[in-house]
Amino acid sequence: MPDSHASRADGKPQPLTASAVLVNPVGLHARPSVKLTQCAKGFAATIEFALAQEGPWTDAKSPVKVMRVKAPQGATLYFRVVGPDGEAALAAVLALVHDGFGES
Amino acid sequence: MAETCLIGHAAAPGLAIGPVTLLTSAARRREASGDPAEEAAALKQAVEQAVAELAKLIATVKGEAADMLEFQVALLQDEALTEGAFDAIAAGIAADHAWRAALDAEIADYGAAADEYFRARAADLQDIRDRVLAQLGGVSRAAPINGGSIVACDELTPSAFLAADWSRGGGIAATAGSPSSHVAMLARARGAPMVVGLGPLPWPSASPPSLALLDGDAGTVIFDPDPETRRQFEQRMAAANAARLAADTGRLSPAYTANGRRITVLLNIAAPEELDGLDPGICDGIGLVRTEFLFEAAQGLPDEDLQYAVYRRILQWAEGRPVTIRTLDAGGDKPIAGLTVDGERNPFLGVRGIRLSLARPDVFAVQLRALCRAAVHGHLKVMLPMVAVRGELERANAMMDAAFAALQATGSACARPPLGIMVEVPAAALRARDFDAAFYSIGSNDLTQYTMAAARDIGAVAALNDTGHPAVLALIESTVAAGRERGVEVSLCGDAAAETRLTPALLSTGLTQLSVAPIAVARLKAAIAKVAP
Repeated sequence: MPDSHASRADGKPQPLTASAVLVNPVGLHARPSVKLTQCAKGFAATIEFALAQEGPWTDAKSPVKVMRVKAPQGATLYFRVVGPDGEAALAAVLALVHDGFGES
Repeated sequence: MAETCLIGHAAAPGLAIGPVTLLTSAARRREASGDPAEEAAALKQAVEQAVAELAKLIATVKGEAADMLEFQVALLQDEALTEGAFDAIAAGIAADHAWRAALDAEIADYGAAADEYFRARAADLQDIRDRVLAQLGGVSRAAPINGGSIVACDELTPSAFLAADWSRGGGIAATAGSPSSHVAMLARARGAPMVVGLGPLPWPSASPPSLALLDGDAGTVIFDPDPETRRQFEQRMAAANAARLAADTGRLSPAYTANGRRITVLLNIAAPEELDGLDPGICDGIGLVRTEFLFEAAQGLPDEDLQYAVYRRILQWAEGRPVTIRTLDAGGDKPIAGLTVDGERNPFLGVRGIRLSLARPDVFAVQLRALCRAAVHGHLKVMLPMVAVRGELERANAMMDAAFAALQATGSACARPPLGIMVEVPAAALRARDFDAAFYSIGSNDLTQYTMAAARDIGAVAALNDTGHPAVLALIESTVAAGRERGVEVSLCGDAAAETRLTPALLSTGLTQLSVAPIAVARLKAAIAKVAP
């Protein structure tokens, strides 16, 4: 669930953040990576994720970069989303992770 | 050009005649243009062509294989993969060198991963690298093989084989390779005649022969035949076709010898797709399901649900007939990235079959759970490959019991399938009666090679690799006797079961169950009908 989703009144877009635990068996492997990037590319928002709250951040729209993270099962994925359709994007990627990418 | 006859090893039976298609494995040496803009355009085009080639291939496959190829497309379409190569090209490096260096770095990164699943992805990156390199070299690696042609090649990859339409005839003439390769297995299953180990092709690559006669029974290929040779070959083909048609009509009837002994004919399959469109009435059950393909096609190790789905599908196809699924038989000539032991000095005498499964209980337990869950959907038997001593069967039985108990405790639908052993190590054949096995299944390929100490893919000793040798037949006989003594079934599921010249000798050992590829069922039943007594 989103930890904070504030767009501050002073205008500067604040990133939306949330985290979810990877539940599918071998982690963020080939099929889940492809599903995640396909989902992310459906939104205009910048969608990034990391294995720690402070980053380093990875572009969730690049399957090559997503695979390079080699996120194992049980890892917590932190998401950081900025953009007009950010809320919908965050909800969609979180649903995908919670759902085990349809694999578990 | 004069008639040339090359002798190799028979890898898939049958006769084929057709124009020669030459597949060269090495890409032509590429001339770099020296102009970064041109080099960048060449790489861009090669990547696009590789994507188009993959898209075509995806349309022909399903399930795991399609997912794997879609993953490759996703990577190829990602600029993050290509940007390093384009940077190098801008700095004056030739396109092929830039691409190779960029991908090799990526491959090394996966190869060094701590997680074996991610380590295994290095193979996907290699495939991507080579596919694009082939495009850069101007050679289309997965050049469509025209149906009906004789493909002359060093070795054919499974993906190139699957991309071709073999229903229109044709065959494979490989200068290297082995009858026990996966392509040879696919060729036998699809009915595409194949000869391997022909040695170097004796003509300049610029002027290949135009026509070839391929004899997948004798293991010979005749290039540019004289008219008389061709006429005789065509006559043999016509006779063989007539015999096959006659045999096909007997395919759905149960097999009896000339004096009325009922012989159980079972199927060997490597993938559930082989059962598509096949009438279960042609067999008495499935004698061997090889599960290695599941582990190779999958992206990494297949999870429990995926395995369960495949096993269930096979059991449902069999409509209550017995189905024997072999647990993972990796190692030896069947390496699986991230699972089998690399660099063993003699992999055939190393950690393979049940030895590997017991060494990797994490992987084995997943397969046993999937099997217990699938067992409720039919008549399932499970067999262990490469068993040599009793302790191996005992440990596997204990693990199966544990998997079953754990599933029961969670209320999952499951059953405890009986565990039998594959008899392919001479020690197991000599002392089969010592094993508390639910059944014996003789693996004649390995039993022959371990008994004769000769591999069939080493040309110089291939003739020694003869399942018809009295020593091998004596081991089969002793296994059959042990089965009779203990009141358990004995079958034979190696390639020898489909070699109809051996059928009389095999049945004379007392065997009553033979398991063969679907394509060989009609031929085997016809051969059984001629056996007396």
